[in-house]
Amino acid sequence: SKTRQSFSSRINDLVARYRTVDEDFFEDLEEVLISADVGVNTVMDLIDELKMEVKRQNIKDTSEMKDVISEKLVDIYYGDDAVTSSSINFQSDDLTIILFVGVNGVGKTTTIGKLAYQLKQSGKHVVMAAGDTFRAGAIEQLEEWGKRVDVEVVKQSAGSDPAAVIYDGIRAAKSRKADVLLCDTAGRLQNKVNLMNELSKVKRVIEREVPGAPHEVLLVLDATTGQNAMSQAKTFSEATDVSGIVLSKLDGTAKGGIVLAIRNELQIPVKFVGLGEKVTDLETFDAQAFVYGLFADMLQDDPEE
Amino acid sequence: MAFEGLADRLQNTIQKIKGKGKVTEQDVKEMTREVRLALLEADVNFKVVKDFVKKVKERAVGQEVMDSLTPGQQVIKVVKEELTALMGGDQSKIAVSDRPPTVIMMVGLQGAGKTTTTGKLANLLRKKHNRKPLLVAADIYRPAAINQLETLGKQLSMPVFSMGTEVNPVDIAKKGVEQAKENHDEYVIIDTAGRLHVDTDLMDELAQIKDAVKPDEIFLVVDSMTGQDAVNVAENFNDQLDISGVILTKLDGDTRGGAALSIKAVTDKPIKFAGTGEKLDEIEAFHPERMASRILGMGDVLSLIEKA
Ligand SMILES: Nc1nc2c(ncn2[C@@H]2O[C@H](COP(=O)(O)OP(=O)(O)OP(=O)(O)O)[C@@H](O)[C@H]2O)c(=O)[nH]1
Ligand SMILES: Nc1nc2c(ncn2[C@@H]2O[C@H](COP(=O)(O)OP(=O)(O)OP(=O)(O)O)[C@@H](O)[C@H]2O)c(=O)[nH]1
Ligand SMILES: [Mg+2]
Ligand SMILES: [Mg+2]
Repeated sequence: SKTRQSFSSRINDLVARYRTVDEDFFEDLEEVLISADVGVNTVMDLIDELKMEVKRQNIKDTSEMKDVISEKLVDIYYGDDAVTSSSINFQSDDLTIILFVGVNGVGKTTTIGKLAYQLKQSGKHVVMAAGDTFRAGAIEQLEEWGKRVDVEVVKQSAGSDPAAVIYDGIRAAKSRKADVLLCDTAGRLQNKVNLMNELSKVKRVIEREVPGAPHEVLLVLDATTGQNAMSQAKTFSEATDVSGIVLSKLDGTAKGGIVLAIRNELQIPVKFVGLGEKVTDLETFDAQAFVYGLFADMLQDDPEE
Repeated sequence: MAFEGLADRLQNTIQKIKGKGKVTEQDVKEMTREVRLALLEADVNFKVVKDFVKKVKERAVGQEVMDSLTPGQQVIKVVKEELTALMGGDQSKIAVSDRPPTVIMMVGLQGAGKTTTTGKLANLLRKKHNRKPLLVAADIYRPAAINQLETLGKQLSMPVFSMGTEVNPVDIAKKGVEQAKENHDEYVIIDTAGRLHVDTDLMDELAQIKDAVKPDEIFLVVDSMTGQDAVNVAENFNDQLDISGVILTKLDGDTRGGAALSIKAVTDKPIKFAGTGEKLDEIEAFHPERMASRILGMGDVLSLIEKA
C-alpha cells in the first residue's frame, strides 16, 4: 500500500542519516522515543532487541539496518498479532451502543461530537446521551455539539443519575430506530473508586437493556499525557472492559507514545485519533503513520522534510 | 504502577553501600542510573533528567558524601535536596495591584483545567481576603464554555461578565476589566480558551489580551499528568506571554507529576497552586518538597532509609 511504501522510504531516510549503526544512533533513537512518551521500559526493550538483531545478523552498515528497524518499530505496536482491526464493531441491523470513558478533560465530549458527524455523513442515524450530569456546562456542551452536527441529544437535568440518562438514551434510540447511540460520561480520575463504580454501573445498565452491548467502550486518552495513561488504561479496563482507544489532541506537539506500551501490555488497540477541535478532526488510526511520527524528529533537520 | 519499583531498586544499592561503609564511583553510578529511570518514569523531561543526574553525580562523589558516616543515606539526601531546589521555594501568593483591580489571566492547553481553576481561585480570594472577584468569560470557541463559567459563578454566587461568542476575546477582556473598575471590584479573573502552544493565531490573541489589560498575573494552567511535552508547552507559553506562575491541576490522581519539575526547570517560574479535585474548594498552595517526594516516590524511599 501507499502508506507502507512511504513508511519504509521514510525509514530509509532515517537510516541514511547515520552512516554506521553505532552507539550514537541508538542513543538518538532512545532519546527521541523517550521524548515521545513511549516509556523507558518499552524503549529499553526495543533498543536491546535492535542491538541483538544487529549482532545476530552481523550488520555494520545502516542500509542493511532499515528492514530490521522498520519491522521492529511497527512490531512494537502490533506485537504478535498480524492484523489488528481498528474498525468499530457495528451491528448491521440493530442498535450499536458506544460508551465513552476517560479522565477529566481528555476530549470525550468533543470526540462524541466528531464521531456523530462522521457517522451521520455515512448515512447513519445517531443519538447522543448526555451522561455527564456532573461537570458545569457538560450537558450544554453536548447539546451544542448536537446542534452543530444536527443529532438528537437525550438528557436530564444536571445532577441526575448518569445511569438513568443512559437508560433514557437507549429507550429513545430504540424507539427512533437509531443505528448508533453515543454515550457521554463525566471525566473521572481512575483512582477514585466511587466514581469508577458509578461507571461500571452505567455499563451494567447498558448490558442489561441490550444484550451484547455496549459494542464498544472507547477510552479517550490525551496525547499530551505521559506514563499515567498506562494506569488509566488498566483501571478503566478493569471497570468497563475497554475495547479501544481514542488518542486525542495529536495535532499538538505531543506524540502519545504511551499507546505502544498499552498496546503491548494490555492489547488495547487505538481506533481513532483526534486532530483538532473541528467536526472533521477525527481520523481512524494508522499504525505506520503513527510509529513514523514518533521518531520523525530525528529527521527534523532534513531539508526534504 | 511502574514506578513502585524505585524503593525496591534502591534497596539493593543501599544494602550494598551500607555493607561497605564507603561509597564508590560504581555505587554512585548504579544509584544515579536508578534515579534516572525513576525520573523518566515519572515523566520528568529527559533533558532535565540528564542535567539533574549530572549534578547529583558530581555531589555524590564529593567530600560531603565520602566523609559521611552514612554515605548511602547521604546520597539519597543529595538527590532529594537537588530535587527540591530544582522545584523552587513556596510561592503561593497572588500578586496584588496597587491600583485595583488586580487582573489575573488564565492560559493553557485544552482541557487543562483553566475554567475550573478560575472558579477555584475566585473562591480562594473570597475566603482568604473576603473579596468578590469578577469572572470574565473570554472563551468564545469551546461549545458552552460561557455556560460552564456562568454555572460556576452561580455556584459561588459571583458575577460573571460575558458578551456572548460573537465578540472578540480581546474586547471582552477589556470591557470586563473596565466594568470591574466601575464596580470597584478588586480582582478580575479572565478565563481564556484552551489552545495549542503552536497555534500562532490563538497565541497572538493571548498576547493582545495581555497588551490590552496588563494583567498582574498570567497563570499557565498545566495538567499534572502531562508527559515529556510539558517543556515545549511551558517554554512556548512563557516565551510568548512571559507568564508569572504555574498552576498544576488534577494532582488528586495517581500521577507522579514529573511535569512539575520540567516546567520549573525550563521557565524558572514558580508553581503557585495545585488543583486537587473537581470541586471549587479543592485548591492548595503548592509544596515543592512534597512534590519532590512524590516524583521520586520518596515517601517509600525515606522509610527505607530509616529501616536500613
Ligand atoms: N487541539 C485539540 N483539542 C481537542 C481535541 N479533542 C478535544 N479537544 C479540546 O479539549 C478540551 C476538552 O475536551 P472535552 O471534549 O470537553 O473533554 P472531556 O473529556 O469531555 O472533558 P470532561 O467532560 O470535563 O472530562 C476542549 O477544549 C476541546 O475542544 C483534539 O483532538 N485536538
Ligand atoms: N480531578 C480533578 N479534575 C479537575 C481538576 N481541575 C479541573 N478538573 C477537571 O478537568 C476537566 C477540564 O477542566 P476545565 O476547567 O473545563 O478545563 P479548561 O482548561 O477550561 O478546558 P478548555 O476550556 O476546554 O481548554 C473538567 O472535567 C474539570 O472538572 C483537578 O484539580 N482535579
Ligand atoms: Mg465531557
Ligand atoms: Mg475552559
